[in-house]
Amino acid sequence: MRTREPVLRGQGRVVAAVAAGGVFGACARYGLGLWWPTARDGFPWTTLLVNAVGCAAIGVVLVVLTEGPRVPHPLLRPFLATGVLGGFTTFSTYAVDAQQLFDHGLPGRAVLYLGGTLLAALGAVWAASGATRAVLSARAGRGAGA
Amino acid sequence: MNWLLVAVGAAVGAPLRYLTDRAVQYRTGFAFPWGTLTVNAGGCALLGLLTAVAPPDVRLLLGTGLCGALTTYSTFSFETLKLAENGARGAALGNVALSLGAGLAAVYAGAGIGHAIWG
Repeated sequence: MRTREPVLRGQGRVVAAVAAGGVFGACARYGLGLWWPTARDGFPWTTLLVNAVGCAAIGVVLVVLTEGPRVPHPLLRPFLATGVLGGFTTFSTYAVDAQQLFDHGLPGRAVLYLGGTLLAALGAVWAASGATRAVLSARAGRGAGA
Repeated sequence: MNWLLVAVGAAVGAPLRYLTDRAVQYRTGFAFPWGTLTVNAGGCALLGLLTAVAPPDVRLLLGTGLCGALTTYSTFSFETLKLAENGARGAALGNVALSLGAGLAAVYAGAGIGHAIWG
């Protein structure tokens, strides 16, 4: 196919890495939901924590891969960040959780969940990427002094 | 069997997110994360519809698996942080407001379509 979109050209291995990672991430999210189910109209702690932990992890992973001292394997970012963490965290369940709380007459809980997830996620990615940068620069400093 | 449904859905959803993101960013440039916004809103619409009308097995395959992997909170939050770190505070706030607004609107739209078609 010579007229293929540039978007698709040469993407086979990357797509496979994203798919494999996505299966891992989604199954981990599903398993945690089984292990720690949220009661009907209860506060969706499991999804909130999955999203917050996934955001902390992507802060570490992407800073190491894009700012670290070594050039990573080209499939590492698609597998870990796009695949595993993209499959683990979810925006659709977050929005539907909030809709269900609104619809069941719990607007306060819905707003608390929407805002709480957002703050936890943004706080997690900010703190994790900052901490990772600090570790990287401390190591680089030690390496330069050695 | 349930795990398999989730896995198969995710094996489709995650690459669908990756390729949609690439296609959208290819057309809109890289100043604003329109690609993630697109997959998140699309996944919210589909999950809203499924939650309203679909049986449990279909919800595991297309909801927990496909929509769960199609949509993402980690990339959304990392892209928002990047905008803020690069001095585009307005764009960062806009991304948060648009993502939440579009996501919730899409859930209600999907549920409405589901009820309209399947009752």
